[in-house]
Amino acid sequence: MIRKRTGMLITVIFCFILQNTILKYLSFGLISPNLLLVLTASIGFIGGRKEGMFIGFFCGLFTDVFYGQLFGYYTLLYTLIGYANGFFHAVFYDMDIKQPMILIAVSDLVYGLIQYFFQFLLRGKFDFQFYFINIILPEFLYTIVLILLFYRGIIKLYERLDKLDNTGSVDEIV
Amino acid sequence: MRRRKKNSIPSKYILTGIAAVCVGMMLLSYVSGFQGGVLNTVSGYLFVPIQKGINYVGWYLSDRTDNLQDLRDVMAERDALQEQVDQLTIENGQLMQDKYELEDLRELYELDRSYSDYSKVAAKVIGKDSGNWFHSFIIDKGTNDGIQVDMNVISGSGLVGIVTKTGADWAQVRAIIDDTSNVSAMILTTADNCMVSGDLQLMSEGVIAISQLKDSDDEVTSGAKVVTSQVSDKYHAGLLIGYVQEVHMDANNLTKSGTLTPAVDFEHLRSVLVITDEKRQIDTNAVSDDIEPEEDTNTDDPATDTTDTTEDNQ
Repeated sequence: MIRKRTGMLITVIFCFILQNTILKYLSFGLISPNLLLVLTASIGFIGGRKEGMFIGFFCGLFTDVFYGQLFGYYTLLYTLIGYANGFFHAVFYDMDIKQPMILIAVSDLVYGLIQYFFQFLLRGKFDFQFYFINIILPEFLYTIVLILLFYRGIIKLYERLDKLDNTGSVDEIV
Repeated sequence: MRRRKKNSIPSKYILTGIAAVCVGMMLLSYVSGFQGGVLNTVSGYLFVPIQKGINYVGWYLSDRTDNLQDLRDVMAERDALQEQVDQLTIENGQLMQDKYELEDLRELYELDRSYSDYSKVAAKVIGKDSGNWFHSFIIDKGTNDGIQVDMNVISGSGLVGIVTKTGADWAQVRAIIDDTSNVSAMILTTADNCMVSGDLQLMSEGVIAISQLKDSDDEVTSGAKVVTSQVSDKYHAGLLIGYVQEVHMDANNLTKSGTLTPAVDFEHLRSVLVITDEKRQIDTNAVSDDIEPEEDTNTDDPATDTTDTTEDNQ
């Protein structure tokens, strides 16, 4: 358990750094994809609620520490995303990519809407159409590209981490 | 066995626990300004060295692709010259400012204190906000180099933002184009005060918002320089923010608002200067304590009293 968790933590750290350095320079027109969200949602889907929460918690925590304004906001948001995706673990089938793609993409959409609602709408920025077309939608599309590139890798990585503890198949951990 | 025991806590309870802690943290951070405390230091040691490394490699690669013939010494020389250009741009801006100051006979206010009088620390940008909603970034200098929250951050061409969070060797900077940023500013030529606020919506056109500008004489035109104002309690006066793009009368017929082109290229920001002198604050309690005895001593001589007050107001 401890080895697996350590491995997951290292993955989060790696992705966090990747997100804030390299992916920022690969952005199209100020929009970059959200790798942390892809990681949280896919681990939640592959590994179940607890795993999703674990990854989400640390993704959110690091975001809070370095880029947060209200400490705890991102931690809660990412933990919830990991948890919610964990519910779909029951229908996980590792050969299928459409299912996770829809799930993660919807997660990104929800993430965008929550961001808009709490950080912008509540401050009186009402032009939803603008934010949807210029921020949420491009991020959504770009994230889909990221899923196609990374999802296989995340599955392989998760299987490898799982073997570290010799706990057997993926399905046991829910 | 141990694993089973661990797994026996249902995940919904863990979620409830985490949610409660997070909400508690948010309240705490809202009330007391808590921003992570010891976590900032620990994670700073974890991330900053790696990010510095990645950035070093990243810039190295991008420099190579940018220009095949750029040798290292040329780069070094260019950097040195760039620094000099930055310095001169700053000095030039300051001289321009001084000129207007003299014209307006505002030297009484000793506003000719130049940028070069401030002590500055150079820092490199090593990471940008992971989301697409805000424009904050982190730099590779922190409290170890004397950086504190609320210090002003400038680059060669103008004001970049303000330090909002610090760790041992990193600091978070909120750019002036961030949607939550507000800077008290003034038009250099007319000394009219206004507010400059970052706006995500306007930023897609490369501009940010100006509001509450009182310009009854219709003197502010596009291209006018906008600098930070004296009345700001966090920003030093006279730092260049940008140039007015357009202004129009508000519906109230009293104030104007419009847009401003920032002087800094935020897309390609590599290194910044942090002004390590904080804007001096008037401690209201201390002032009221100080004034009482002063008034007693000065009652004999009203002339000295007036001069003292004028000096205080500066």
